[in-house]
Amino acid sequence: MLAKRIIPCLDVKEGRVVKGINFEGLRDAGDPVEVAKRYDEQGADEICFLDITASHEGRDTILQVVEKTAAQCFCPLTVGGGVRTVGDVRRLLRAGADKVSINSAAVKSPDLLQKASQAFGSQCIVLAIDAKREPMPGSGGMYDSEVGQSGLCEALGLNIRQMMDWMHGIKTRMDELPKRARDPRAPEWTVFIHGGRINTTLNAVDWARLGTALGAGEILLTSMDADGTQKGYDLGLTRAIAEAVDVPVIASGGAGGLEHLVQAFTEGKADAALAASIFHYGTHTISEARQVLRSRGIEVRDP
Amino acid sequence: MKIAVIDYGLGNMRSVEQALAHLGAQAQLTSAPADLEAADALVLPGDGAFGDGMKGLAEHGLVEPIRALAKTKPLLGICLGLQMFFESSEESPGAVGLGLLKGCSKRFTGAAFGAAGGLKVPHMGWNRLSMARPHPVFEGVADGSHVYFVHSYYVAPADAADVIARSDYGGPFCAVAGRERFVGCQYHPEKSQRAGIRMLRNFLDWAGR
Repeated sequence: MLAKRIIPCLDVKEGRVVKGINFEGLRDAGDPVEVAKRYDEQGADEICFLDITASHEGRDTILQVVEKTAAQCFCPLTVGGGVRTVGDVRRLLRAGADKVSINSAAVKSPDLLQKASQAFGSQCIVLAIDAKREPMPGSGGMYDSEVGQSGLCEALGLNIRQMMDWMHGIKTRMDELPKRARDPRAPEWTVFIHGGRINTTLNAVDWARLGTALGAGEILLTSMDADGTQKGYDLGLTRAIAEAVDVPVIASGGAGGLEHLVQAFTEGKADAALAASIFHYGTHTISEARQVLRSRGIEVRDP
Repeated sequence: MKIAVIDYGLGNMRSVEQALAHLGAQAQLTSAPADLEAADALVLPGDGAFGDGMKGLAEHGLVEPIRALAKTKPLLGICLGLQMFFESSEESPGAVGLGLLKGCSKRFTGAAFGAAGGLKVPHMGWNRLSMARPHPVFEGVADGSHVYFVHSYYVAPADAADVIARSDYGGPFCAVAGRERFVGCQYHPEKSQRAGIRMLRNFLDWAGR
């Protein structure tokens, strides 16, 4: 039986850890390699780096971070953020990443998932989805305040006509998938890109299904509503996606305590739970998390 | 100790090389048959499709050297490397394996898998090993240890005596197989933290004997 995974995630900007890390005895708490090594020693089941470097010039720093980490950490390493091309995926894998997550670029060009998974195998292509709950059931991805179509066009680098073609292309492909049962009163979620700033109006469950049909081997699912609240994962979202795809789902966004991890696996039906603050600030250790999960009958690893 | 990590253009060879280097071995990524000849032991890693793997070995002129050297030098196969020890795979009909062991690779299928059964393919993550028989590579590794798997196909040895350890995913399957001086594991020891590093260290010790 597969063990449920606990994954600490580090936001990295120009080679430095962004959120504060509070570990005793770390020489440099801003060095992602040192932090990753500490998590590896604690028995993390996997480590995730999210590169949030904005500038194009700064992008290569993540490759050095990955290379140094892979030389010292002997657990799986997932890297994402700013991945746009098959070449980007290749460079990260060659630097020592085991999996590469793709977010906005996959929405812009879903074929990227197909090309990357054909080139390197589905097992190393993770589709990252940032999803937000629709304000009202059946509202179809419309929100009160948003940048709307013009923002979406700008983010995609398309004019309005091209954007309509792009949208039509994706929706046609979604329609070609086997029909799924939809309850009009049940909540739905919409996909946002560019760090959650741009509403794509795409339905998150349909996008997850299309992404996995195209070759993504795992879904890294972040709830924008829950992220940063420390009030727990969006269990409805997590469960909706986990039940809709046949690849593993990593729950992300909202973990504020160990009970939230338990919920991600039980109610949320996730395969892995990603967390940042609860581990970074030293509130809990990975091994405490493991003990709590085990005491609740969830299969976890004995490191 | 000189270890040749066989590079035939597929998968993440670097992690294996780095893990071996971490243990003090002189690990060399190579696709030259002469380097294999000169090494004390061989590691055959790999991710990806069986057919592509065998094609990669053939293109580098490595099929016959590996077949021959497996009789004389310690050889560790990892993931696809283990699958290529066998004769064939359902993944790539028609492709011929190294044939060091009899049997083939099969895809995880059946009622337990997919939307109906709930088990996902690839089998990806940490799962337990259960030893079928003692082996020097598993000295000091507790029975039931978790190791890191990423695969959609598993090997089905024709001869049960070749099975060294099993894991369970919708039913038991062979996770480690080998004979004489070659041993292959379906999971990634280089990604299996303490337990995996211990296995690699054991392999080096065993190769040195």
